[in-house]
Amino acid sequence: MAWNEPEDNKGKKPDSEDPWNSYRPRGGGNDQGPPDLDEIIASLSKRFSAFLGGKRSGGGSSGGSNSVSGGLVLGIITIMAILWVGMGFYTVDEQERGVVLRFGRALEGVVLPGLHWNPWLVDEVNKINVTRVYDESFSNSMLTEDDNIVDVSMTVQYQVTDARSYYLNVRDPVVSLQMAAESAIRHEIGSSEMEAATTSAREQIAVDVKIRLQSYMDLYQTGITVSEVNLDQAQQPAPVRAAYDDVIKAGVDQVAFQNEANAYANQVIPEARGLARRVIEEANGYRDQVIARAEGEAQRFTQLLAEYQRSPEVTRERLYLETMQEVLGNTSKVLIAVEGGNNMMYLPLDQMLQRSGNNGRVSMEALSTQDLRNLSNQVIQDLNRQPTGTRTGR
Amino acid sequence: MKNSSALTLATLAVALLIAYNCLYVVREVDRAVLLTFGEVTNADITPGLHFKIPGVHTVRIFDGRIQTLDAATQSYLTAEREFLEVDSYAQWRIAEVSNYYTRTSGDANIANNLLSQRINTGLRNQFASRSVYEVVSGERDLLMTDLTRDLNQIVLAELGIEIVDIRVKQIDLPDEVQDSVYNRMNTERQQEASEARSTGRELSEVIRAEADRQAIVIEANAYRESEIIRGDGDAQSAAIYANAFSNDPEFYEFVRSLTAYRETFKDSGDVLLLSPDSEFFKYLNNSAAE
Repeated sequence: MAWNEPEDNKGKKPDSEDPWNSYRPRGGGNDQGPPDLDEIIASLSKRFSAFLGGKRSGGGSSGGSNSVSGGLVLGIITIMAILWVGMGFYTVDEQERGVVLRFGRALEGVVLPGLHWNPWLVDEVNKINVTRVYDESFSNSMLTEDDNIVDVSMTVQYQVTDARSYYLNVRDPVVSLQMAAESAIRHEIGSSEMEAATTSAREQIAVDVKIRLQSYMDLYQTGITVSEVNLDQAQQPAPVRAAYDDVIKAGVDQVAFQNEANAYANQVIPEARGLARRVIEEANGYRDQVIARAEGEAQRFTQLLAEYQRSPEVTRERLYLETMQEVLGNTSKVLIAVEGGNNMMYLPLDQMLQRSGNNGRVSMEALSTQDLRNLSNQVIQDLNRQPTGTRTGR
Repeated sequence: MKNSSALTLATLAVALLIAYNCLYVVREVDRAVLLTFGEVTNADITPGLHFKIPGVHTVRIFDGRIQTLDAATQSYLTAEREFLEVDSYAQWRIAEVSNYYTRTSGDANIANNLLSQRINTGLRNQFASRSVYEVVSGERDLLMTDLTRDLNQIVLAELGIEIVDIRVKQIDLPDEVQDSVYNRMNTERQQEASEARSTGRELSEVIRAEADRQAIVIEANAYRESEIIRGDGDAQSAAIYANAFSNDPEFYEFVRSLTAYRETFKDSGDVLLLSPDSEFFKYLNNSAAE
């Protein structure tokens, strides 16, 4: 029979680490057949005995055989004792604490890091890592208080702080933690409004989840301490995200519209002020202009008047003639000295005007030839009524 | 004499074999019952090393720690007759070992099955008397403590199980309702967005109108001021003119008329039709002095 293939081992769990340990019944409660340690010892002794005995039997001497056999038994027992003591040594890593079951009963306290000895096969040492920070992530969509749906992903970091509780109280603490964490996050999101859950209250929700999760862990006595809960993401689910983004855009648009209007105002009002200033300045200019002109003209008149009063007749005549000279020298003239009434006289006013218009600046387009003819005829008739003779000048 | 050493070893082996078969260990994490010819004689064996008679006594050992029952998702009807998809879990442990053994044959699967049926019924009753709002947010804790208390009265006697905690994980709406929720969320957001934009336009219009008003007022005020200034100028100039011209109104009229003539006929295009008997032509016809 091989060491590690005992025949009566069929009920044993396949994950049993080594055959030495299988003496103890496992959690499933199957009352399995005993492992073969004792049988092994028995069979070993038998074989040794048979071997030695066979050898001795050949020699025929039986005197020393008793003491040799007794010594052999003692030797085997001693070797086994040494082996047993040696197997009892174990180390606990700095990260770990050991929970010891002696004959199944848990010993007080935990085993601290270092080299330790325990009675092998009597004690069961379970080493639990208490320094490592584990994390679990969750991601799901859930209902909020105001009947909206929000996608949340969360990370929970935890540590085993009480190795005894962790090992002794809960069969699978990590599963318990996962369940409790999912429940806690849903509880807190379900008690928050969507707006708050996705924006302002995220930190607070994470804190609440941590407190709630810790209270569950304490209730189950898992020995787990939740060190941190992070709400990595809390956002609107994909089917409505566009609408939510549009709300944000609308807010930006709202500001943009106002900014545009402000820009318009900033343009219009200064322009109006400038225009107002221009109008006022123009008015000021006008006032100064008319006053200055008035003063000038008044002064000129006053000065002229002084001269005029000295010799009114001459001055008056001179002024008149000068003015007339200027006026007549500047314009086209027709001197009509028609005596009597009925002569028809043709005045080609239109041609005269056209000629003068060519070297002058007057355009006659506004008057048609017919109009001009009518006008000149009327002028002639008027002149004919006067008793003077007619002469055509120049 | 070789027989004696073999005998010693054999005796030792038999002693160990008997010890092994007669001794058993109940671990701190386990709960155990001792059966004498199939009948429960010790319902709760304390942890430690114990003695039994092989063939007479049988020991059944169960995990006594808290276990997790992850219930399948179920539909429950709320007080408003709306369906919710609910996912729950329970933490339980064996409280009365003999009860547990007799009811479930010590099989954790059977225990989980029976327990989940109980929880299912309990949740159904709890949900039926509450609204969606209450189960989602308001009364989660209360619902669970009620349910745990009610169930514990039953399952302790029936299954030998103590429920430490029942929690609802997921409360979701059925898919078709979920779509309408999305729809509602979308329309709500659209309202919000269009309101924001319209408010923006409103404010923009207000700002523009205000600006236009200010501009008009500024220009009107300027116009008023300019008219006052012009009037002042006119008045002052009129006073100056009047002051000067009132010295000789007739001469002013004469001078002013001459200026007017000059101004009027300053274009060479003007045509004057003159009668030679005007004052200006008096020497044209007659050189004699009058």
